[in-house]
Amino acid sequence: MLGFIAARLVKAVFILLAILVLNFVLIHAAPGDPAAVMAGEAGAADEKFLQDLRERFGLDQPFHVQLWNYMKGAIQLDLGFSYRQQMPVAELIWDRLPATLLLTATAFVISIVFGVAAGVLAAQTQGTWWDTLISTLALIFYATPLFWVALMASLLFSVWLGWLPGFGYQTIGANYTGIDRMLDIGKHLILPATTLGLFFTAIYMRMTRASMLEVSRLDFVKTARAKGLRNSVIQRRHVLRNALLPVITLAGLQAGQIVGGAVLTETVFAWPGIGRLMFEAISQRDYNVILGVFFISAAMVLLFNLITDILYGIVDPRIRLTK
Amino acid sequence: MSAFWSRFCQNRGAVIGLIILTIVIICAVAAPFLFPRSPWSMVQRPFLPPFEMDGLPLGTDALGRDVLSGLFHGARVSLLVGLVSTVVALAIGIPIGALAGYYGGMVDDALMRFTEFFQTIPSFALAIVLLAIFQPTLSYVILAIAIVSWPPVARLVRGEVLSLRNREFVEAATLSGQSNLRIILQQVLPNALPPIIVLASLMVATAILLESSLSFLGLGDPNVMSWGYMIGAARTVLRTAWWLSFIPGLAILLTVLSLNLIGEGLNDALNPRLRKRTS
Repeated sequence: MLGFIAARLVKAVFILLAILVLNFVLIHAAPGDPAAVMAGEAGAADEKFLQDLRERFGLDQPFHVQLWNYMKGAIQLDLGFSYRQQMPVAELIWDRLPATLLLTATAFVISIVFGVAAGVLAAQTQGTWWDTLISTLALIFYATPLFWVALMASLLFSVWLGWLPGFGYQTIGANYTGIDRMLDIGKHLILPATTLGLFFTAIYMRMTRASMLEVSRLDFVKTARAKGLRNSVIQRRHVLRNALLPVITLAGLQAGQIVGGAVLTETVFAWPGIGRLMFEAISQRDYNVILGVFFISAAMVLLFNLITDILYGIVDPRIRLTK
Repeated sequence: MSAFWSRFCQNRGAVIGLIILTIVIICAVAAPFLFPRSPWSMVQRPFLPPFEMDGLPLGTDALGRDVLSGLFHGARVSLLVGLVSTVVALAIGIPIGALAGYYGGMVDDALMRFTEFFQTIPSFALAIVLLAIFQPTLSYVILAIAIVSWPPVARLVRGEVLSLRNREFVEAATLSGQSNLRIILQQVLPNALPPIIVLASLMVATAILLESSLSFLGLGDPNVMSWGYMIGAARTVLRTAWWLSFIPGLAILLTVLSLNLIGEGLNDALNPRLRKRTS
């Protein structure tokens, strides 16, 4: 098991380094002189200032030296400087990361819980109107643009019905503390997390339903039935456990998309996370921030993947033997 | 062909999907004839609600532009981006998957690590980065979407090629002295086509969703009217003119839904064995 984890870790580190190289190449592929781009961000562009910038950031050095310096900096979590916000990028991201982690983790849990539950229900009521209803909903959720459903949800539940806040992270000026503050944040969290999770709920519904039906036909389920086990026990202990394996794999793959989707949800709900930071950086052409958020979200995905891999290794010992 | 068609039609959802998609295609094709004026031009006072004025059934947006015209012209962009970016993604993914599956060994390892790398990085974030750095013109939007969506194609094709590589007809072709390239193109790939077609139809749907999300964030081509742009532009007036966001979103939803339904129908029609197993 340790060897398995170590192998996955080494792979993750390699991917992370490759992403850094990609980031670096992208900055240099950007049209125009990087010094001019940075100077533009800073709002000044005389030749002396450009020369200063080139020297300060080693832009006059050969390509491989620049790459080496960039990698060295990134490994020490130095992701460059944002001239727009007059702050190091790492610090900006660090401030916003907890909000995004809270949002994505909640969306992730919501989508798995609701998706798997609905998928199990659909599989057990196969062919009835419950099944039809769940399958139809899954189809619709799967085709709905994330940003649009977020807008519509905030319109319906926040503007029209007034049930939930549709904006921000906490009530401004309320200065809640302790439990009240947590409840306040929780209330603000419901709409963004549910809409972010909706697309993935649909995927888990379909996956769980298909997987349950497939496993139900296998021989060991017949054996369990022949032994006289109760149906609920068979469903829970034999069918669901095995049906969940592909769902775990999928969960690892989806983690990346949830992080990407956070850009849209955070933009609509003014959620102060790294997704919104990225959106602001896009309109300001703040490249260092965009690339920094990209790097950190990739790192988050690798971490999620690592966790799912390890989970899978624990749940299904066969997987450890293959690699 | 008729067997394919009758199997496809057995899936009621697929038929509904085909009807919806046909309507969208007709809208896209008819747009320049029905609305010869640019969808960007102002035609009436701003915020004219739907169904209030003859000739402007869906009203106008915040700048007095015809919403229905935007919807028709937007259909062109969505379908174009969906289709072309899928073709480009296939053009990247099929050769990589075919080479990896056919040659195996080191080639396979190297190409699959490369594919895995692109599959691991968050695709939407990568598309944002690409378009933020390069100018968001229509061709870059298409390229960015293709770059983030080819890995599943490569993996699928690799798997298909792996399972076909050792079949008798491929061995026969090898023995008859055909070149590797010819075997891949004439013997292996045609047999791997059905699952590729199914995947491609679903990819068009995903690409349309991606394009609309990018336009919503302001990373679409600023010169073409698209559904995502319409929603993004109407976002600030959501409280007062909600229909301006609602209508284009519904158009995206229906188009993507129709493509997903068609994908399932194609799956039934092209992989009859699979259908028996899961139905």
